[in-house]
Amino acid sequence: MPPADAPAESPYMTMRGIAKSYPGVRALDGVDFDVRCGEVHALVGENGAGKSTLVKILAGAVHPDGGSIEVEGKPVIIASPKHSQALGIAVIHQEFNLVPQLSAAENVMLGREPTRGPAIDWKELYKQAAGLFARLGVDVPLLALVRTLSVAQQQMIEIAKALSVKARVIFMDEPSAALSGREVEHLFEIIRTLTKQGVGIVYISHRLDEVFAIADRITVFRDGRLVGTDDAKNLTQDAVIKLMVGRTLEAHFPTLPLEPDRTGVPLLSVRNLTTAGRMHDVSLDVHQGEILGIAGLVGAGRTSLLRAICGADSFDSGSLLWKGAALHPRSPHDAIAAGLALVTEDRKTQGLVLGMTIRENVTLPHLAEFTHHGVVSRLEETAAVSRLAAELRIRAPSIEQIVRALSGGNQQKVVLAKWLLERAELICFDEPTRGIDVGAKAEIYDLMVGLAKAGTGIIMVSSELPEVLGMSMRVVVMRGGGVVAEFKRGEATQDAVARFMTGAAAA
Amino acid sequence: MANLQAKATAETQAAAAETAKKRRRSALRTAGLVAGLVVLLGVLNGLTHGDFLAPGNVVNVLRQISVNAILAAGQTFVIITAGIDLSVGSLIALTGVLMAGTLSGQPSPIFGLFLAIAVGLGVGGIAGAINGVPVVKLGLAPFITTLSMMLMARGLAFLYTGGRPIEINNDMFNFAGAGLISVGHIFGIPGIPVPVIIMLAIILAGHFVLTQTRFGRYVFAIGGNEEAARLSGINVGGVKVGVFIISGALAGLASLLLAARLNSGIPQSGEGYELQCIAAVVVGGTSLFGGRGSMGGTFVGALLIGVLYNLMNLLNVQSYAQEVVLGAVILSALLLDAVRRRFFAPR
Repeated sequence: MPPADAPAESPYMTMRGIAKSYPGVRALDGVDFDVRCGEVHALVGENGAGKSTLVKILAGAVHPDGGSIEVEGKPVIIASPKHSQALGIAVIHQEFNLVPQLSAAENVMLGREPTRGPAIDWKELYKQAAGLFARLGVDVPLLALVRTLSVAQQQMIEIAKALSVKARVIFMDEPSAALSGREVEHLFEIIRTLTKQGVGIVYISHRLDEVFAIADRITVFRDGRLVGTDDAKNLTQDAVIKLMVGRTLEAHFPTLPLEPDRTGVPLLSVRNLTTAGRMHDVSLDVHQGEILGIAGLVGAGRTSLLRAICGADSFDSGSLLWKGAALHPRSPHDAIAAGLALVTEDRKTQGLVLGMTIRENVTLPHLAEFTHHGVVSRLEETAAVSRLAAELRIRAPSIEQIVRALSGGNQQKVVLAKWLLERAELICFDEPTRGIDVGAKAEIYDLMVGLAKAGTGIIMVSSELPEVLGMSMRVVVMRGGGVVAEFKRGEATQDAVARFMTGAAAA
Repeated sequence: MANLQAKATAETQAAAAETAKKRRRSALRTAGLVAGLVVLLGVLNGLTHGDFLAPGNVVNVLRQISVNAILAAGQTFVIITAGIDLSVGSLIALTGVLMAGTLSGQPSPIFGLFLAIAVGLGVGGIAGAINGVPVVKLGLAPFITTLSMMLMARGLAFLYTGGRPIEINNDMFNFAGAGLISVGHIFGIPGIPVPVIIMLAIILAGHFVLTQTRFGRYVFAIGGNEEAARLSGINVGGVKVGVFIISGALAGLASLLLAARLNSGIPQSGEGYELQCIAAVVVGGTSLFGGRGSMGGTFVGALLIGVLYNLMNLLNVQSYAQEVVLGAVILSALLLDAVRRRFFAPR
């Protein structure tokens, strides 16, 4: 087994001058990229920079228009996903390809079940699966159904699957998107174990702090072109951001407006909100023009709280006071009517109707306003949505564009537009910048600040600590379903908040 | 910053040019299709010695498809929400015998007619609600609730009649469902059938509701992403029950046309109609997965199936063979659609 830094001069796989065009878009324009055995090579770039296209080409799902690929020095043409697998390339997509109703071991060995005669050799199957997990140094219950496992465990299964096909290079597309801080640490340990065994990892992520924590080399793409590749130790986060967006983002976060007056009646008071098994006795206040950040690990009850406030889920006990008066939203409809809005963590499955146009998505919650004598006025819709699309700088050929075709950042702006159309008075953001690029992030932050200045109350849940700290006027920390700490602006430090999130401070 | 804006502008312009190009290409394709269709119709007309495009035959085809097209109109609503309604064939039988039973004791024809319409649409609508409520409240699959309704409604129709048809002696009812409105023999046809007018009215109304009203927008939104629709404040349950009520009530209306034509309520009637209308909807381009579809497409689908039957009759194709051809045509229509989607759709 080669040590981590020995094979530095012999790439396992090299791509040269790869080009790929789609109608109207040059997705990749002559890029070079290589992966060495035993290294972590981070690939960064804004959405639309060409990262996914590169992955699709290597996975055999898409054929390049030009350029050459060599694996172990031999030129190859990757014909199909199966061929890609045979070449030792494995891709772990952001959305996992697992069968939820099958066990962990069955998923790992899916399509490669050892057999004895016509029957599956179960003993051998479990042995092999256990061996793969052991190689990763992780403990996943072999017989547990995948749907009962956590996202982090599911990811282990995906990695074990890649090992079972003897992958030499593993592409990980946004592997930490759904992981909590500790789980990311664990993932890094696994990655280090793999690289020690000579496996090359291509780590694709928007989170630069992670990239710098794990990567040996960093490659930056912009607009389908290669901007540069260098050793991580020669680069800084600011330098990479500059390369990614082609400009410097002086500060990652905008200047927050002055803190609002908290002496009056709060916009929303949450009192002892409890849902069995998800959260208990949650109490907090949000004032007009305030941005309240909620920090916590995945599963700490943050999402449950937002969903209960916005009528998406029912709660067992406790109460909500909206501008001092009792509010009990029985459905999202009730909450929306009162002036609350929920920007869900998963825009594709909860926030948007992907097959509908920008116009149709934005007006969906407020269609009554556009209806006269039973007929929806498309003219009024177009006027209102065009105005918002320009205001939010949604990048699309027209508002009649199907939302599915938009980038993550633009999709998030469409979700936001839904709730700005009728000016919700309190907006609950759940992971507002997940999976969107740096430029769009900055725009979303600016929008949040603009809203707060105009008097809108904001509750923001985020797994990214810098985001919580940079964007919140007050920070509430949740753990195990309850509120464990509250910090004023300036008192909240990364260390202090993290200690409460993980429970280190409770002891 | 300027750089980025320039990039955004360029992107927008490129995309606009792309859209224009797509539109031209699509217009060209449509023109090609229409030209091909005209040639095909000419050839077929020749094959049938001019019978096929004779005004009388055209009106005849429209009359023949009226029942299926009305059922398909209701089914379109259900399928766009990603549901399915298997009960409509049996509901034709149940509402048909109930209407016939209602009419039989009525001395006043006009009162009888209105009572029968109320019974037909009402029972159909209630059955639709019974289909929809368990779907909404308990999360049952529409396939199961409507399959159960299909069995129950058929059984009730037999129980109510003892298995025998109930005769209808009400001229007004027969006119409302199967009459002819004279147009002075202008095209050499005896008149325009009332069922054709009803069908066209339903298709137009359905198109209007789907494309111009809030309800229609919600139907598409729920089929496209039910959770997003719910979180947008839409009363998802209400809309879903609504589409089943529409489908059930339209089954009652279709039953009126059928009963009037046959002068009786027959417990065996409507068998297999649920699949015929689903075929029309799907051939018309509505996705069984929901979120996509149109009333115009459904009408074209029903028309295509009707025309096919008509042609095969004119060409003396044996009736067993007709089923084979019909199945093959449905499959090829869907294959064509899938191929077109795969190769012409943007990535």
